[in-house]
Amino acid sequence: MSNFGAYALPILIAVIVICGIIKKVGVFDCFTDGVKQLLTSSLGILPSLMGLIFAVSLLKASGGLDLIVKLLTPVAEFLGIPSQAMPLAVVSPVSGSGSLAVFEGILSEFGPDSFIGRVASVMVGSSETSLYAVTVYYGAVAVKRTRHTIAAALTADMTCFIVSAMTVRLFM
Amino acid sequence: MMNYVWGGIVIFSVVCALIDGGMGALTSAIIDSGEQALTIFLGLYGMMALWGGLMKIAESAGVTDFIARIAYPFLRFLFPKLKKGGREIQAISMNITANLFGIGNAATPLGIDAMRKLQLINPDKNVATDEMIVFVVMNSASMRLIPTTVAMLRANHGSKNPMEILLPSIITSACALTVGLICTKLYGRFCRRGRV
Repeated sequence: MSNFGAYALPILIAVIVICGIIKKVGVFDCFTDGVKQLLTSSLGILPSLMGLIFAVSLLKASGGLDLIVKLLTPVAEFLGIPSQAMPLAVVSPVSGSGSLAVFEGILSEFGPDSFIGRVASVMVGSSETSLYAVTVYYGAVAVKRTRHTIAAALTADMTCFIVSAMTVRLFM
Repeated sequence: MMNYVWGGIVIFSVVCALIDGGMGALTSAIIDSGEQALTIFLGLYGMMALWGGLMKIAESAGVTDFIARIAYPFLRFLFPKLKKGGREIQAISMNITANLFGIGNAATPLGIDAMRKLQLINPDKNVATDEMIVFVVMNSASMRLIPTTVAMLRANHGSKNPMEILLPSIITSACALTVGLICTKLYGRFCRRGRV
């Protein structure tokens, strides 16, 4: 079953191309057409992406992120999240590569089958880098006022962290 | 909002480094960050262009239309204002398909495609529409059927059963998704369009 991911992408692409040929679509011309449109319009993402990466790398390098983790640890214990998994909860909304690094650290320190390792696995398995998604999606269409998007996305993230500790206790 | 968040993070970081004595690390992080952003962008840029091409074939061949028809009964509750069979619904369905099957590399470019189509019907191009907010939150709390990356990392670290997190993960992401979607409706009442 863990091989499923390796099959999904190639099969999806094969289905698209086969359908195209059956429907007598000029598949290669269509492809190059689509690429050309995207090449010009996708450049719009770069400014907001650069802003996000810049801010996040400052936060990591300055030790500001560690400070936030320290401040939030008592809150984590109150919510039933093991405090060792707290760095993950703080990093994962802002940085995808960062959260994978923290996750690997937890796996090698506590082991994947420990309680902390399991909670961390469920956290990573069921969350996404929210601020990255917000930045990239709105950056692509140059929308400036995102209204309550960030608030709703972060509430969803918090739910994810709290529930991950609960589901591990209940189901494993 | 984004202006204050971004400015706040930058100032907070510099102050932290001042107190902590980590100015050297901060300086090299600043120098590296430009290149780092460009590297991430290039990967995304390539994937987006590639999927732009593949999506064009899928649209012409009617594949997106077919997937949209399957997804429509669910999507009509989340996006009541979008037309059935419209381009927006088609693009959103393709993004959801990629998310569900854990094809993360495809989900982002497909999601951007959907955002573009939502922007075309946006009356005020600077302000996010309700549909955009629901769509972005749906992606940021993305529901995945099979968390392949996590399972692989667990296996690498010697887990006896790497896939045992499957059920808890699905339940957890379903909860997060539900709460996120409820919040898009709830918070929407507090902050009216035009403010914030």
